[in-house]
Amino acid sequence: MVGNADLFVNWARKSSLWYLLFATACCGIELMQAGASRYDMDRFGAVFRATPRQADLMLVAGTITHKMAERVKRLYDQMPEPKYVIAMGSCANTGGPFYKDSYCVVKGVDLIIPVDVYIPGCPPRPEALIDGIMSLQKIIMKKKNVYGAKA
Amino acid sequence: MEAQAIFDTLKGKFGDAVVELQAEGFDPAFVVVAPASVKAIALFLRDDPALSFDSLMCLSGVDYKEKFAVAYHLHSMKHRHAIGMKAFLPRETPSLPTVDDVWPAANFQEREAFDLFGIVFEGSKDLRRILLPEDWEGHPLRKDYKYPDSYHGIKI
Repeated sequence: MVGNADLFVNWARKSSLWYLLFATACCGIELMQAGASRYDMDRFGAVFRATPRQADLMLVAGTITHKMAERVKRLYDQMPEPKYVIAMGSCANTGGPFYKDSYCVVKGVDLIIPVDVYIPGCPPRPEALIDGIMSLQKIIMKKKNVYGAKA
Repeated sequence: MEAQAIFDTLKGKFGDAVVELQAEGFDPAFVVVAPASVKAIALFLRDDPALSFDSLMCLSGVDYKEKFAVAYHLHSMKHRHAIGMKAFLPRETPSLPTVDDVWPAANFQEREAFDLFGIVFEGSKDLRRILLPEDWEGHPLRKDYKYPDSYHGIKI
């Protein structure tokens, strides 16, 4: 019975991954492509929200500088649980082309917030982004949700 | 007006404050001026009818290791001519008068030069860091800049 409840809850969550529209660099252009009609991320139930309070998923699309890092952390903190993070592109993964010899770029967004899925590419194509979203859906389907019980 | 003619006009007006003309390798040519007279020369370049440099195209800081420089690229919409102006500053105390009341666009670019080189523009209406966080230490485009280990607990 608990297994079935998990299945239902997880299915509901993975099918309505509302993501925070949060583009800081050229990956944002690919993110817009993925959201528009040709790639149509809407069919996965993934639509963009302009506020963290309505978002389930933070798509970090682009370079994060140290000045931006605090804002990223704050946006993440404002999102309601359960929340997921996808690091899109080389910059969000590791700092990318700014990894060596840069004083201002954060070398990977996982230094600030926990990341569920990393998508390589500079920038990744919309197909890669959709693959990342589907990977996250698979992760969500494996979650065990035990409510009210003491773990 | 050609660079040499502009230089001669400035030399006749300001004398020793106008040091030399750097024509080779530069387009437009640079007039090297004394830092203290930058503002007076800028006003003259803007207001003289034969020159009327009404547009500050670019203001940049330069680090020559032993000294700093501030380079101004000027253009005249009216006469369609351009000139560069350059002031060399000592490395220890790099400061010179602001030109943000001559060309208002100078403010952002002076803030950038202040942020990244630590060049102080005296009399500026708003001299704050523009790109880096307010509490950043040091000026990163200086050639002797040492990277910090971390910023707010995040490794650099």
